[in-house]
Order: sequence, then structure tokens, then C-alpha cells
Amino acid sequence: MLLAFVLALGIMAALALLLGAVLGWAAIRYKVDEDPLVDKIDAILPQTQCGQCGFPGCKPYATAIAGDEADINRCPPGGEDGIRKLADLLGKEFKPLNAENGEEKPKSLAVVDEAVCIGCTLCVQACPVDAIVGAAKHVHTVVSSECTGCELCVAPCPVDCIDIVPVGETVTSWKWRYPVIPLTPVKVAA
Amino acid sequence: MLKVAAALIPGIATYTYFFGVGVLVQIGLATVAALATEAFCLRLRNYPIKPFVTDGSAIVTAWLMALSFPPLAPWWMITLAAIMSIALAKHMYGGLGQNTFNPAMVGFAIMIVSFPAQMSHWAAPLGLAPQSLDAAAQLQWIFTGHLPAGLNFDAVASATPLDTVKTQLMQHTNMLTILHEKLFGGIGGIGTEWITAAYLLGGLYLLQQKLIPWIVPVTFLAVLGGMAGIFWLVDPQHYTSPLFHWFSGAAMLGAFFIVTDPVTSPTTPLGRMIFAGLIGLLTYLIRVFGGYPDGVAFAVLILNLAAPFIDQYTQPSVFGHKNRKKAGAKA
Amino acid sequence: MNARAEVSKVIFPFHGGVHPPEHKDESSQTPIAAMPVPRQLVVPLHQSIGNIAKALVAVGDTVLKGQMIAEADGTVSAAVHAPTSGRVVAVGPTLVPHPSGLPEHCVTIESDGEDRWIERNRFDWRNAEGRIIRDYLRDMGVVGLGGAVFPSHLKIGGARDGLDTLVINAAECEPYITCDDLLMRERAAQVVEGIKIVQHLLQARQVLVGIEDNKPQAAQAMREALKNAAINFPADVVVVPTLYPSGGAKQLIKLLTNIEVPSGVRSTDLGVQCFNVATIYTIYRALEHAEPVISRVVTITGNVQRPGNVDALIGTPIADLLAFAGDKPGSQAYIYGGPMMGFELPGTSLGLSKAGNCIIAKNGALFPEKPVEMPCIRCGKCADACPAELQPMDLYWFGKSKNFGKAQERNLFDCIECGACAYVCPSNIQLVDYFRFSKSEIWAAEKAKKAADQARERHEFRQFREEREKREKAERAAAKAAARTEASGGNVAEAADAERAAKIKAAMERAAAKKVEAAAAQTASDSVTPIDPDAVSVPMGQAAIAPTSNEAPQAVESAAPALDPEKAERIRAAMEKRAAEKAAAEAMSPEEKAAKEAEKKAKIAAAMERAAAKKAGQAAQQQPGE
Repeated sequence: MLLAFVLALGIMAALALLLGAVLGWAAIRYKVDEDPLVDKIDAILPQTQCGQCGFPGCKPYATAIAGDEADINRCPPGGEDGIRKLADLLGKEFKPLNAENGEEKPKSLAVVDEAVCIGCTLCVQACPVDAIVGAAKHVHTVVSSECTGCELCVAPCPVDCIDIVPVGETVTSWKWRYPVIPLTPVKVAA
Repeated sequence: MLKVAAALIPGIATYTYFFGVGVLVQIGLATVAALATEAFCLRLRNYPIKPFVTDGSAIVTAWLMALSFPPLAPWWMITLAAIMSIALAKHMYGGLGQNTFNPAMVGFAIMIVSFPAQMSHWAAPLGLAPQSLDAAAQLQWIFTGHLPAGLNFDAVASATPLDTVKTQLMQHTNMLTILHEKLFGGIGGIGTEWITAAYLLGGLYLLQQKLIPWIVPVTFLAVLGGMAGIFWLVDPQHYTSPLFHWFSGAAMLGAFFIVTDPVTSPTTPLGRMIFAGLIGLLTYLIRVFGGYPDGVAFAVLILNLAAPFIDQYTQPSVFGHKNRKKAGAKA
Repeated sequence: MNARAEVSKVIFPFHGGVHPPEHKDESSQTPIAAMPVPRQLVVPLHQSIGNIAKALVAVGDTVLKGQMIAEADGTVSAAVHAPTSGRVVAVGPTLVPHPSGLPEHCVTIESDGEDRWIERNRFDWRNAEGRIIRDYLRDMGVVGLGGAVFPSHLKIGGARDGLDTLVINAAECEPYITCDDLLMRERAAQVVEGIKIVQHLLQARQVLVGIEDNKPQAAQAMREALKNAAINFPADVVVVPTLYPSGGAKQLIKLLTNIEVPSGVRSTDLGVQCFNVATIYTIYRALEHAEPVISRVVTITGNVQRPGNVDALIGTPIADLLAFAGDKPGSQAYIYGGPMMGFELPGTSLGLSKAGNCIIAKNGALFPEKPVEMPCIRCGKCADACPAELQPMDLYWFGKSKNFGKAQERNLFDCIECGACAYVCPSNIQLVDYFRFSKSEIWAAEKAKKAADQARERHEFRQFREEREKREKAERAAAKAAARTEASGGNVAEAADAERAAKIKAAMERAAAKKVEAAAAQTASDSVTPIDPDAVSVPMGQAAIAPTSNEAPQAVESAAPALDPEKAERIRAAMEKRAAEKAAAEAMSPEEKAAKEAEKKAKIAAAMERAAAKKAGQAAQQQPGE
């Protein structure tokens, strides 16, 4: 009787050890170094690095969202589409963009008025993506292919020579529209 | 869709000839109920009514369902079934083109599960019963549930050939004895064999018009017949011939008009073949080993559920990507 | 000549296809008419796939006929020429024949009525290198005239050991269009000369001219021209059944050679190349007569008084063409291209482009209004008609629900937008519109993703650079302070020992800190695996320019961990070598040894580590001099 009792205990203990070892091994073997959620969120964010969300860049905001410290509706450049994607990823409810953080604007680029620029390099230092080229006392210019349109260069400019110009649609960037279906539900006249 | 309805007319005519005006009453009731439900649902959903009501899809659904009903079923059953099929199986899934299940079969299945007794009360075909009901008597029975004095429903009723075979076999009667009963004709049951032949005729018209893919009816009938053939050859005492299975019950109606419903079936050629084949197989299994005399409706509904899955795994290779796949496999 | 009999006449039908009413007889009865030079020409500069040509003229310039007014910008581009002599009156955005209805760069020329040619020198292409010929064709503005306007010079050369089959696309499968038909009937001999040139350039072993059986006269003319021309290669006219879209390059190649060209694969790699017959003609005119592409044959048909074909200058306003053919009242719109793949013009003031093979004046009688679109019932008719063997109804569902990933998985990009599916759809669904919508959404998303990845990379690098600058500043200050203590202290050796110990400690601390940082950078860069190697090289190049400090070169080195692993590895190797050389040249200080020790422990941090170690070393070297 005692033997059976000890045997049962022994088996249970051995099983517990074995399974514990397996679990421990799996924890080490399949360890995830960093929270992949942050990267997933970061991949959705538009990377304008504009800071309108109240965080110093997209990654910090992504980290805050992942840590449940910030809401998903604080990114104006990402727009409703971005919020929807975040909501999908995190299994949260969609929320309209928080007006305090700004409003969704069409994609824009910064343009330096070269006649006015005094070459102070303040905008160069403000640009989060190093898209402004220029040295002290030389006219600066924006590398338009790198500019994210974050507007961070506008405020530091002492002579207000930077304009944010919306990128209009061109033949090359034009997209086919969603086909209009005449059969979409029509409101019955009340 | 209207051509599909036209293809049903020979079947309807033959059906009416053998079973009386009750058939037409069922069709009429189903049509009115279906169209009314369709219009009502469209209105609720703020959809334009005219293009959808006139496209004929509700009419075909109604007719197919009425044709699977016993001609003397009470009026409220077919009406209820038509409402269910349109509202529940069609509009609740998003309307035309969005439904997962064949609406006609949903209506039929709900009724046969809910009212099995009424759904198996068939009148005897022409010339079989000692007494037969005239049109007035049929109407009276359908709408009031009463027969004219001196008539007993059991005297005019008769089980379907499939039902008869099934119940008799359970009583260990020899197949030859069963088939010698008055109910059976040369191939299937008296009357039913002609009705199914008329469906076949309508189906051939649809094929000729290229409205249905030939692979579907051919595969369905081939598998049904093949299964029946195997069992029949092994043990003709207990199993009926392929011809009997083809020309009984809803086999022909199903092969050409129900299994071929595009909305609820797969779209790829291979997928359609698998779909039709599995329906044939299931139909046979349900008919012979299941609890119901006929299995087309349930087989169709089960496979409807599998259609997207079948589609997923039978995607044909795209122009230019065939050899690549092969080359990749080799390498 | 006997060799010609060898050419296979077997046809390999493609899947699907449709046969809409042809409507070709209206415009094919009269010969090609020469259009008089219009008063004003609006020449679009974006007349090929790829980059828009760069304007070479300004307002007020006088130009001669055939003068290059815009040069090709990059490889995938083609030059544009003045169609007649005159004066440039405008250069800038003007309405162009494009479905968007958006303006694009155009050069407007006011004709002087003299139609004076620029001096032309015959190009000795027979003795020219392949590269020179390609550049010449690019500068002559030769592009595919079948409608896709793909620069022809990109299709010449490529297959080093010759081509199996050169396919000449003369199928002209779209209804209404007859410009290639008439071109072959009237100028077959010149087309054959063109075939000879292209066959020679491509070293094609056989030439097959595919013509639909509804153009017997053209087929006959081409057969005779081939017979009359002295050709030393097997060539034949293959008459194919009239079935839209047999004139799609992929479909015609399949018809004639049984080779299926998947999307994203060049047909040259499979031994076939396909040229439109009108393109062949312009290649001949360019190489033998030094004539750039300044005109084309265009079909004007539909609701006009004299439907037919016109040899019109590029840039001729559509209104002038319509007036020439006799515009009738009652036209609701003008279709540019065929009725299957064309689009409605946003106006008639815009100029004819090289892609314009047909203009159809559309009225209610010819194009009755389509009945309302009904829901898809998955009948599969579109799949039966699809020449690309796709499942259009599934792609439609995916496009409609904006499930673009799934659509791409199901080979959306193999769709050639031929419109056969929409033509057969019993529910009147405009399937192609959904496919175009899906495609352009996918392209736009890819572009946005690329831009975001680039911005992220640049931002992360900038943060890293700022960190480093701050750290280095602090280090320099610390070193200076230490030097001051040293100078004032009595026991120099003791002070040096203490300082060394402190430095070792600092170096180790730094290494540990960097390890953490590098690990973070590594994971970040792993998640940002760039697709395009250019995207990687850009930040590097920019990095060399952007920082205002003089530490740019080091900044580039330190960017390594933020780049993709392969590139980082290469940079790392190069730096290791350089570091080793430096280390050999300089006497190894204990600080360096300590740093090296720490580095071994922190292998991931290698790149940044070494940069820092070098700095430390340099500082140590400089100290005695101070």
C-alpha cells in the first residue's frame, strides 16, 4: 500500500520534473527577445516622426500603445485607416482620431523658400529623418524624396521660409477609383 | 433564370398529369409567398425591388421547392417554407449571390425535419389508388385539411417508391417482391419515372443553352449510379439498380437544377466535380443507409457548407504558372 | 525560301476569349488618309512607360520637324520630337489622353505651315554596336504602338545567343480598330523591311506574323511582301482565328509558339519576343530613313461621317481629327483605344499620343447604356472567358472587400485587363474596374510602405548619431579634465596608472552599454528588412551629406547595425581589416586591449564598438603630445 503510494508520488514528481524541464527548455529555446508587438505596431505607423501623438517619434508611441499607456487614435498622419489597422491588430474597438492630436491632412512636403533662407541650420537639426541638407550660412534645401511632411522644421525657422505644400495627384500617382455601383442601398424616401 | 424556369415546365406538366392539380397549387402558393417575401426583404434592406424581383431567382427557388413537396401538403407548409427559404436562407445571408445554402433546399429541409409525417403524405399517382381525388377535392384538402364526405386520405395516399423500398426492406421483404408491387413501373415508380424523365429533358435543354456546366450533372449521376451499381451487382436482393436511383426521388431534379446552383457551389471546374461527386455519394448513403427516404436535399446542404473549402483547394493554375510549378517540383 | 515551309502552322489556342461584334468594316474600306498639318499641336512628353521625357525647348523656341524636344530620362523612357516645324508656344501641364483626366507636361507647338524637316543623316545601323542602336532607338522615340508604349529599345538585345521566335503582333483583336490592317495592306513592303531589321538585331531564328482571320487582305499583302523580299530566315504569316484578346502579347505568343509567359517574366528569357506591326514599321523608318516617331496611323470611327484611318502627326488635337473625319452630332463621349480596353477621353483639345490607335465617337446606338450592375452569382462565366485563366469572380470579391493581399495571392497581377470577363458577365459587373482599382491600391500601398521603411531607418540612424555625438562630447570633456589633473599632479606615473584603470573601467562600461543599445538596434533592423537594395544605399549616401559635423565618414561606418544583415556584414569586414591595419601601425595601448577584450564578449556590437575603440586609441595617442 505504502509502496503504491510512494510509487504514485514518485511518478507524479518525475512527470512534474520532466514537464517542467520541457517547459523551461522551451522558454529558453523559443525566447522572444523583444516585444514583437511594438514592431508590429511600429510597422503600421506612418513613420512621419512628427510627434503629434505626444511621443518623440513613432517607435516610442508604438511602445506606449503596446504597453497600453496610449490610445490608438493619436496618429493624425496614419489617419482613420491607420487606426483601423491598429484596432484590428490589437483587437480593440475603432475610435475616431483624437482631435487634440491634430487632423488628417493630405500628404505634404516641406519646401524651403531659397530666397529667404539665411542658412541657420535650425531646421536641419529639427528634421527627424535628416531630409534637409545645408551648412551654416548656406541655403538649405529639402530632399523631397526623404521628407515625411512632419512639419517639425516649420517652427524653428526664424525667418518663416519653410512652407508645407500638399503633394497633388499626378498622372503617375493617380489611382483608379473604387467602382461606383449604382445598386448600393438607396434610402427609401420617407 | 427565366430559362431555368422554362426548363422546369415539362417536369411540372408531367407531375401535374400524374398527381393532379395540387402540384400547380403548391407551385402557385410557393411563388406568391417567395415573391412577396423577396419584395418585403428588399424593402427592409433599402434595395431597389424591381431588378431583383424580376430576375427570376425567387421564382426558380419557389418552383424547385414546390416540386420537392408532396402535392397534397397543406397550404401553410409550402407558404412557410417559401418564406423561410427567401428570408432566412437568402436575405439573412446578404441576398442574391451571398447565400451559403441553397434556399430551396433549406425550405424543404426545415419542413421535412419539422413535419416528417405531412411531408411523406403523397397522393397516389394516376390510376393507382382505388379512388382518386378530383381538382376540387385536392383544393379542399390542401386548404382546409378536410376531404369530401366518404373519402379517406389513406385510401388516396401512397408512399413514394423510395420510401416503399426502404420500409419494405426493413421488414425483410425480398427486393423482387417489392418491385412487383403496383407502385413500380419499368424503371422507378409509376409516374415518377416519367416525371424524372421530363426533368432530364429540361436539364438537357439547360446544357444545350450552356446555362449549367455539364460536369456537375454528369458527375452527380455517375457517382450515384456507380454506388448503386456496385451494391446492386453484389446483392440485388437488397439493393436497387442505378436506373431506379436515377429515376426516383429528386435525383434528376437535383442533378440539373439544384446541384448546379452557381451561388452555393464551387466555381473551379475541379471543385465542381468534387462537389457534385460528393453529393452523389452522400445522396446514395442517405437513401440506402440513412433515416430519410431521399437524400438529395441534405447532401446538397452539407456540401454547400464545404463549397468555399473545396474552392480554396482546387484553384486552377494560372496562365504561365503551370510549367513553373512543375519545374519547381522537379528541381 | 524553302526554309519558310518549315514554320509551324499549328495554332495553340489559349483559354477563354470572347468574340464581340467586330465593327471593323466601317473604317477599313477607305485607304489611309493623310491628315493636313494642324495649326497647333499639343505634344505630350510622357509618351512611354517609365520616366517622363525632359523638355529641351522653352516657350518661344522655333523647332524643326523631327527635332528632339524632350530627351529620354533614364533607361525606361523615350525621346519626344517636334511633329512639324513651328514655334513653341507653351511648355507645361496640359490635359493629356489619360483616364485620370489630369494634366501632364506637354509642349504646344504652333505650326509655321512649312513642315520643314531638320537635317537628317542616315544611321549606319548595320555597322553599329547593339548599345548604340538601342540609344538611337530611344532617341528616335520608338515605343510600342500597340497601346502599351513600352520603349522598344529595351526589347532589343538581351538574349545573347539569339532568339527562337520573333512574333509580329498584327492580330488587332479589338473591335473597331483597323489601323494595323490598313498599314499592312498599304505598306507591307516597308513592314517587311522592318521585320528584317529586327530579326537581324535580335538574331531571331524564325519570324511569325500573327494576323486574325478577319483581315485576309492584310495577310495576303504580308505574304506577298515576305515572298518578294529577299529574306534568309524562315518567316511566315500565321492566320489565327478571330477571338479577343488574341492580340494580347502573351496570348499571341501562346497561339503561335505554345509558350506561356507568366507575369514578371520577360518573354526574351523564354526565347520569344513580340513586336507590334506598327512598331516594326517605325523602327524601319527610324533606322533606314532617320525619321523619329512623329506620326502614326489612327482609326477614327463610330459616330462620324467618314470613318477611316488617318496618318496623323503626334500631338494633333483630337478635335481636329474628329473634324477631319466629320464629327456627327449625338456623340456622348470619345473612346481612346478600343471599346474593350480603351477609356473615355477627358476632352477633345488634347493631343494624339503614340498610344492612340483608335478614337471612337460613342453614341447611344453603338454603345447602348449598360443595364444596372447586379450582384455576382458566381456563375463562373468570367472564369471561362479569362485568357489568363484566373478566377475573376474571386478577384472581384477580394477587390470589392479591399482584401488586396488575397487578390495578389490569386495572381491578380497576371490579369491583362482585357475586359473579356466584364463582357460576358450576366450581372453586368465592370470587373476590370475592380481589378484596376485593386492594382493601383496595391501599388500605392507598396510605395507608402517603402517610404515609411526609409523614414524609419533614417530616423533611427539619426537618433543613434545624436546619441553618439553626445557621448563623444562628454568623453572629450572628461579626457581634458583628466589631462589637467595629470599636469598638476606630482607623481606622474601614479596618476597615469590611476587614469589607465579608470579608462579601462570606462571602456568596459561603455561596451556593456553599447551591447544593450546594439541589441536594440539589431532587432529594429531585423524588423525593417528592406526589399530594395537602393533603399539601403540611399540613407548611406545621404548620411555622408546630411550631418553638419565633420564626423560623416564615421557616421557611415556606425550605420552598419541599422542596415540589413548582409550589408552590415560586408561593412563590418571592411572595417575590421582597416582596424587591424591601424592596430598594427600603432602601438597597442592597454586601453585598447581592454576594449578588445570587452568587444569579444560583445560581438553584436562590433561595428560601433570598434569606432569607439579607435577613438579611445586616438585620444590616448594624442595625450602625450598635449
